Amino acid sequence: MELRSKVPSGPLAEQWERHRAEIKLVNPANKLKHRIIVVGSGLAGASAAASLAELGYNVSCFCFQDSARRAHSIAAQGGINAAKNYQNDGDSVFRLFYDTVKGGDFRAREANVYRLAQISVNIIDQCVAQGVPFAREYGGLLANRSFGGVQVSRTFYARGQTGQQLLLGAYQALSRQIGLSKVTMYPRSEMLDLVVVDGRARGIIVRDLVSGRVSAHGGDAVVLATGGYSNVYYLSTNAKGCNVTAIWRAHKRGAAFANPCFTQIHPTCIPVTGHHQAKLTLMSESLRNDGRIWVPRRKGDTRSPNEIPDDERDYYLERLYPSYGNLAPRDIASRRAKEVCDEGRGVGPGGHGVYLDFRDAIARLGREVIAERYGNLFEMYQRITAENPFAAPMRIYPAPHYTMGGLWVDYNLMTTIDGLYAIGEANYSDHGANRLGASALMQGLADGYFILPYTIGDYLAQVKLDQLDTAHPAFRRTQAEVSDRVNKLVAAGGRKSVDAFHRELGRLLWDNCGMSRAAAGLQEARDRICVLREEFWRDVYVGGTGEDFNQTLEHAGRVADFLEFAELMCHDALHREESCGCHFREEYQTPEGEAKRDDARFGYVAAWEFAGVGVAPVLHREPLEFATVHPAQRSYT
Amino acid sequence: MKVTLHVWRQAGPAAPGRFVRYDMTDVSPDMSFLEMLDVLNQQLIARREEPIAFDHDCREGICGACGMVINGRPHGPQRATTACQLHMRTFPDGAELWIEPWRARAFPLIKDLVVDRGALDRIVQAGGFITVRTGSAPEANAIPVPKRDADLAMDAAACIGCGACVAACPNASAMLFVAAKVSHLGLLPQGQPERSTRVANLVAQMDAEGFGACTNHGECMAACPKEISIDFIARLNRDYIKAAISHEG
Ligand SMILES: Cc1cc2nc3c(=O)[nH]c(=O)nc-3n(C[C@H](O)[C@H](O)[C@H](O)COP(=O)(O)OP(=O)(O)OC[C@H]3O[C@@H](n4cnc5c(N)ncnc54)[C@H](O)[C@@H]3O)c2cc1C
Ligand code: FES
Repeated sequence: MELRSKVPSGPLAEQWERHRAEIKLVNPANKLKHRIIVVGSGLAGASAAASLAELGYNVSCFCFQDSARRAHSIAAQGGINAAKNYQNDGDSVFRLFYDTVKGGDFRAREANVYRLAQISVNIIDQCVAQGVPFAREYGGLLANRSFGGVQVSRTFYARGQTGQQLLLGAYQALSRQIGLSKVTMYPRSEMLDLVVVDGRARGIIVRDLVSGRVSAHGGDAVVLATGGYSNVYYLSTNAKGCNVTAIWRAHKRGAAFANPCFTQIHPTCIPVTGHHQAKLTLMSESLRNDGRIWVPRRKGDTRSPNEIPDDERDYYLERLYPSYGNLAPRDIASRRAKEVCDEGRGVGPGGHGVYLDFRDAIARLGREVIAERYGNLFEMYQRITAENPFAAPMRIYPAPHYTMGGLWVDYNLMTTIDGLYAIGEANYSDHGANRLGASALMQGLADGYFILPYTIGDYLAQVKLDQLDTAHPAFRRTQAEVSDRVNKLVAAGGRKSVDAFHRELGRLLWDNCGMSRAAAGLQEARDRICVLREEFWRDVYVGGTGEDFNQTLEHAGRVADFLEFAELMCHDALHREESCGCHFREEYQTPEGEAKRDDARFGYVAAWEFAGVGVAPVLHREPLEFATVHPAQRSYT
Repeated sequence: MKVTLHVWRQAGPAAPGRFVRYDMTDVSPDMSFLEMLDVLNQQLIARREEPIAFDHDCREGICGACGMVINGRPHGPQRATTACQLHMRTFPDGAELWIEPWRARAFPLIKDLVVDRGALDRIVQAGGFITVRTGSAPEANAIPVPKRDADLAMDAAACIGCGACVAACPNASAMLFVAAKVSHLGLLPQGQPERSTRVANLVAQMDAEGFGACTNHGECMAACPKEISIDFIARLNRDYIKAAISHEG
């Protein structure tokens, strides 16, 4: 396996423009002859499917929900970044690029990030034209707010429902193409394998979640836009169906998996309340614009928060990071929260919580302004906890949220399998070791609207593909393998539920491959994952049949993949003997407790090649060169 | 706390359905309604019985996947709250709960509490969009939008497409859903060029899908987890009449 990043030569600011000018085009008549498979209908998938269809390609689009509109992008609250500099506060494409590279702790590819920053401005134009009702100022122009890790106001938002509105924009564009019969939409359909013919991605195997029918779908290229894998931790802010299945199966067929251990633990989530807990709820980072984070100075202080006077409170982020304060980047804010809780200063049941307090903001701006800004978030908090954030501070705790790791892609967003692309959260590309707030929506839409539709043409224009149909042996063989696996799961007559395995795996990872990691814990977790995986196949109970709507079976397939993937995550975390961004190895830290990178040894993207279940994967390195930004110890003080 | 559930069980569209009783003990008031069903499903699985099928995904009240009628009310008794955001503390200890799927001709049943809401997607496909090709958009601030219009458009755009309005309506009408889409796009300058064709196409598709007519019961607004106002239905009616007249003229 060879990693060729295909980054164009020349000055950073001109690379994308030039690449686009040099890219091979498919002539309009030929576009009509191609079929492209897009798996996923989130921001990345829906925008790609719609744009490809507009260009003339035939598209088949798949999602596991009952409607394309329900992809998990819908849940994004806070906003989307763009270097419009509408606030005249000194923002620019370069600054957005710089913030993102630095925020990612210098583990992302400069060329990709620069392109992302350039495209960010087109995304806002596109979305406004589609009718996305972004927040506006009284003069009728677009409003902005700030997010963590930056000092300008460049985040566009639609109340607390930015992801919903952006997704509806993309979904509507997609719906238009479905109406025109350029896109065939397959909801309630799960991709369970990739079909590779002569080294090229030529199709997928899908299970219809209603009838249970397993079928093969062929095409000239396959695009995976299947989102992130935070649910490997069981409890996360992701929707219940989020999974690693599509990209994991692609990995097993030859796609390199990059930086799997880079997982973002988001600092502001509602703490766990009990064993019954099925998922965790994010409280948007935008709350940190006005909320102040603190814990009592004294350990075990059980007074109610409003009884604790100011001088007995520790506003630890403001103390440690005076210039960024409560808007310190996520990895740092999360780690510091864990630290104060580990010291015994955490609040709420079990001491797993810190306060996010609006008292001062309410006094300064008035209740109405706060209600206008965060009303729906406050209501959500109150619905879940039965506490009113206007009266007492919120309690928050970090939770798994986003995965920077994903399939390795080159500058064209192609994986190491020819004709297989990965976009959105499913690829590893732009966020390095830590993603800044409001940049995932930006990346998903950049990939789907503005990058992939061009770059895929470059491939299709140059490659000579044989006409294939799904009777081809490669399709039949892969389909048979998928059916066998489904049957094996249904037949498993063990004693333990799928859910129990998932919880156990999640706990193992949270404890050992979560906010802080150490060699011994990672080794142990890796061993225990192998044991758990064996136990799963021996002792799981699924029930029902494969020829029916069977949600336990869906879950079982996803957990089976998580059980293989989790081992790779630990392996990656173990091999990276440095701390960077979210990846905090206890052995490698500065005296102040910050992440200590080792650029000489680990200034690369780790792209892993599959070698078999339970077999050590093969490491390929893509060295990262920083020609424009000089990697320094990140400082937010 | 303890609760008694009567859950609609139906193996498939052609199979007969019936309520099955389940007695639950040790329910935590902090559980969400769906977590309570998760716990029940785990118990059913342990007894080798088939778990209850229900749609859900985000569990944050935004994806619109979840939806069931609880004691006669779509999404249950709490104002502006989806089933996934409903918490058991809303109910008294010992409560008796009847849980059923959305019932509407345009939403065929799949299994237990799961129905097919594809009709709503097909309505959007018929014209619930602004035609704009990727890359052809003008600079975002070129057309100012009065804050009031943008806010009102956002109120309409908040619809999560769950179908509660249809389930609540005695006529199983999808009028609130359609009105929300028509208003969201019709309130913005970008949506003007297609305003009258849009409303005509959406209404035609709604009728073709077998949804009932709107006779102003207002149950839809009461059931809507996003509190979408029926004022938008009045707006739709105005647009519809205008479109009809201009087509004739
Ligand atoms: C609660 C929350 C809040 C967030 N807030 C923000 C924010 O304010 N700003 C920001 O920039 N980012 C935010 N993010 C991150 C951002 O929302 C996501 O990273 C982004 O939306 C992912 O988009 P996507 O298109 O890659 O994937 P998704 O939207 O997750 O879509 C995945 C798609 O793939 C399909 N799929 C998955 N697996 C399969 C399979 N095996 N077969 C078939 N289909 C499959 C799904 O059905 C779905 O259609 C937030 C994330 C969460 C969880
Ligand atoms: S599960 Fe998404 S709205 Fe209830």
